[in-house]
Amino acid sequence: MSIAGYLSLTDADRTAMLQAIGVSSIDDLFEQIPEGVRLGRPLGVPEALPEAALVRHLEGLAARNADTSRELSFLGMGIYDHYVPSIVDTFLSRGEFLTAYTPYQPEMSQGVLQAIFEYQTAICELTGMDVSNASGYDGTTVAADACFIARHHTGRSKVVLAETLNPMVRQVVKTYAPGFGMEIVEVPHTGGTTDPAALAAASEDAAIAIFQQPNAFGCLEPAPELAAAASDGGALPVAHVDLASLGLLEAPGVYGCAMAIGEGQSIGNYQSYGGPHYGFLAAGNEFIRRMPGRIVGETTDLEGRRGFVLTLQTREQHIRREKATSNMTTNQTLLALAGLITLCWLGPEGLRELGETCTALAAYATERVGLPLAFERPTFKEVAFRTPIPARDVVARAREHGVHPGYPLGRDYPGLDDVLLVALTEKRTPADVDRLADVLREVCS
Amino acid sequence: MSGREREAQLIYEKSKPGRRAGRVPSYGLPVPELPSEVRRQTPPRLPEVPENEIVRHFTELADRNFGIDTGFYPLGSCTMKHNPRVNERVVGLPGFRDLHPLQEDEGAQGALALMWELERMLAEIAGLPAVTLQPAAGSQGELTGLMLMRAVFADRGETGRNVIITADTAHGTNPASVTMAGFELAKVATTDRGNLDLEDLHAKVDDRTAGLMLTNPSTLGLFDEGIEDVAEIFHSRGALLYYDGANLNAVVGRSRPGDMGFDIVHYNLHKTFSQPHGGGGPGGGPVAVRAEIEPFLPAPTLVRDGDVFRLDHDRPKSIGRVRGFAGPFGVFVRSYAFMRAYGPALTDMSEAAVLNANYLLARLRDVYDLPYDRLCMHEFVLSARALKREHGVTALDVAKRLMDHGIHPPTVYFPLVVAEALMIEPTETETRERLDEFVDAMRSIADEATRDPEILKSAPLTRPVRRLDEVKAAKHPVVRHAFEPEVAEARIETG
Amino acid sequence: MPPNESYPEDLRYHREHDWARIEGDEAVLGITWYAQDSLGELVLFDAPEVGATLRKDEPYAEVESVKAVSDVVAPLSGEVIAVNQKAVDEPETVNEAPYGEGWLVRIRVADAAESDALLDAAAYRAHLAEL
Repeated sequence: MSIAGYLSLTDADRTAMLQAIGVSSIDDLFEQIPEGVRLGRPLGVPEALPEAALVRHLEGLAARNADTSRELSFLGMGIYDHYVPSIVDTFLSRGEFLTAYTPYQPEMSQGVLQAIFEYQTAICELTGMDVSNASGYDGTTVAADACFIARHHTGRSKVVLAETLNPMVRQVVKTYAPGFGMEIVEVPHTGGTTDPAALAAASEDAAIAIFQQPNAFGCLEPAPELAAAASDGGALPVAHVDLASLGLLEAPGVYGCAMAIGEGQSIGNYQSYGGPHYGFLAAGNEFIRRMPGRIVGETTDLEGRRGFVLTLQTREQHIRREKATSNMTTNQTLLALAGLITLCWLGPEGLRELGETCTALAAYATERVGLPLAFERPTFKEVAFRTPIPARDVVARAREHGVHPGYPLGRDYPGLDDVLLVALTEKRTPADVDRLADVLREVCS
Repeated sequence: MSGREREAQLIYEKSKPGRRAGRVPSYGLPVPELPSEVRRQTPPRLPEVPENEIVRHFTELADRNFGIDTGFYPLGSCTMKHNPRVNERVVGLPGFRDLHPLQEDEGAQGALALMWELERMLAEIAGLPAVTLQPAAGSQGELTGLMLMRAVFADRGETGRNVIITADTAHGTNPASVTMAGFELAKVATTDRGNLDLEDLHAKVDDRTAGLMLTNPSTLGLFDEGIEDVAEIFHSRGALLYYDGANLNAVVGRSRPGDMGFDIVHYNLHKTFSQPHGGGGPGGGPVAVRAEIEPFLPAPTLVRDGDVFRLDHDRPKSIGRVRGFAGPFGVFVRSYAFMRAYGPALTDMSEAAVLNANYLLARLRDVYDLPYDRLCMHEFVLSARALKREHGVTALDVAKRLMDHGIHPPTVYFPLVVAEALMIEPTETETRERLDEFVDAMRSIADEATRDPEILKSAPLTRPVRRLDEVKAAKHPVVRHAFEPEVAEARIETG
Repeated sequence: MPPNESYPEDLRYHREHDWARIEGDEAVLGITWYAQDSLGELVLFDAPEVGATLRKDEPYAEVESVKAVSDVVAPLSGEVIAVNQKAVDEPETVNEAPYGEGWLVRIRVADAAESDALLDAAAYRAHLAEL
């Protein structure tokens, strides 16, 4: 019998091991499975591929995708084609990070623990918060986590969501809310942003109010006013933010948010067809015992040397079980590490420059693309244009020219079928924007 | 070396104003002024460090960490198997890595085809026809499964079914998921042989029962010999069975959860199908269900029309979306590549995992207590209670001393039903020589316990740090760097 | 240093490892030596508010160590009239002196007859021996 896949036992090994166990065959080991539930036939899956054939097969599949190296893309809406520094690849392939488990044994895991501590520090700095967890699944589930925290902190059950909060985030909150015993109220936009008075009214008796900055239309919300409006109604104000914007835009903690959450992909992660990425969740100190997920804390060892451990673990499912702050076990540590490395690489200057280049390109696109703006609002890196034909058709036609011009907002917002959301990252150039303008002119005429 | 010289500096402590690594293109464009009320007033204190020092910093952190690549990692319940590097190569193909998730389906046919094939293989392994790949991790798969139960009963008008039963050996995620999904929890006991107590079940399952959550083989590493009766008890009373796939690595190709009677199953792609654990994530937690439950799966689902694949968002009965987009796609690429490298020999994978575990069990049972004296599946639980009673040496001491042998400790103090538990899972990829090294280390530690228990209490001696003060960390949480002169200690609300 | 194992004769015990010192129509409550030893060094006492109502056999507070969390079960029903702030501020006090400085709450007893169901020290020791 030959050795399959990644196995290593030889026939001689197997024989000796079975003998040590005191059984005569592998089948004996599976005797404990009742006969009625044994499969008793080979698995019906495709034949094995040796590595070279496997790579060729996957290259074939990959070649059927229109990725952003093949198509000039202006897609955003939550996931962005920002530059990922080379050193991210260097360290994400280090086996000591890649192949380690959650650092339950701190003496074996000081590297990951310290990296998470540094990540938590960076997230707190960017968001103006006191504590950050070690990451959540993505930018949608951290919103559900925030609702769970608010439910228990306030004892209230109403969730207020700005309609300009990413639709997928709202969908996930809606999926989770019934289990938490929460109901949802959505606040419509007014001309592309949220009206503080409307948010204040909805926030009466609410546990939490979540808005997004910059919002799902790319517009800059009057975030400080929204935070104040939510607080006035008694709800915990929570901002869903883009880390890539926080070199330029104010930190949510500074304008009074109780929590800051978001999708971390724009800092350090490839688009990867939607994942895996990392969600971040940061909050004021008063929420630390209600935080879901891992938290790393500093301490000392027997000899007084600084070290790091998972801390406040009694919040978590493996100890508190049905009373835990979350069921989360696996998080997104490796992706969060990519975020930390990218933030170190950018530094405060680089992060500011990143924001400046995005806003400059967005302004350039506003000027060059010969279409009216859907909303008369300041923007950060996404611009919503009105299209003379349905935006979906614009996308289909533009793709025939090798340009993906952006996201048709009508997919999520009835009534906005003629709005195209164009995302500009620092990887796009003014010449790329010129080409976009030319193609849009052609397909819209 | 001792003391502070072995400490690693924080990256923030290496920062000097004006230094930098990355540069961002400006294209010479004018930068528009943002409204002052939303503009950042104080720059974030990110580190200012040149690239070579960033590289050295994270190299040092990597050196202070232990992965499967470093050595044997028999962490029970976590399935720390080899992570093949070809998977990392293919996940980095631009066609996968640089694909935007909102690309039109027509421009993502390769990705969707891969997901389709992965779904089909997973369905065959579970013995259930319909799969969603969306959940981000096993725990989210559990929550998804419970939401599906709720939706099924709501659809049937059986809204009084509000209780989920779990085993006393269950992972903590199970009861936590039950709470998050808004169900009540009931627990069923385990017999002396490690099976579910059928008598206890008969008494507890009634018309308020929504279902069972079970890991099989259990966290004791034992296959439930009465699983057919268990399924009958639940199904005959109109309730459903949920399979926690944490231990699926024991039975691939040998027994299928669907055939055991489970209606809903989650997989841990990061355990069974070799998505690297990444120091805590990412993972993937697909869910498979019976045909009747398919309409309730999270939206979107993947549909095949002839040779064309598309995501179907029009799912009126769906529980909704549980995370962004179609799931953690990079995880799918790795697990797909892993499964294609084995083909039908995935069965050999589980057989080797079970053989390795039983071999370790056979060679360690005379020096550690064995609370459940049976052949095991892919993992087994020993107890250090005799060592504790006779020499004051705990499971934790054994764990810490293993580190000095260059071996990652097993899972300790779990499952809760075993005192001083040591839960050992070797996985299929280890050579017999590695297994023998582990046996030698465990036996030498048991011997040390009788001769020199103090050395076990002071272990580890060879790691970058000695035992850490977790009480201090919990009492006075410092969860971020204190930039001078502020104090970082969190003010904990205790009332 | 934690004290040696002891179960004072003047206390009444609950099987869930709680004690009550009955003083007229009031009682002082705490956790036993066994409870604090099983948990390890406490890092948190999540106390009830003064004025809260306790129901016999039901949890009224939580204590936590690094690796464990435990409900504190009320041995008697009543109303909380004082909380031991020292146990809140320095929860290790409970380990150091579980029957003294490490008491948890003082209550006004609702039903004096409830104490009949509690164990004396000998019966509690016998209960521990069976665990």
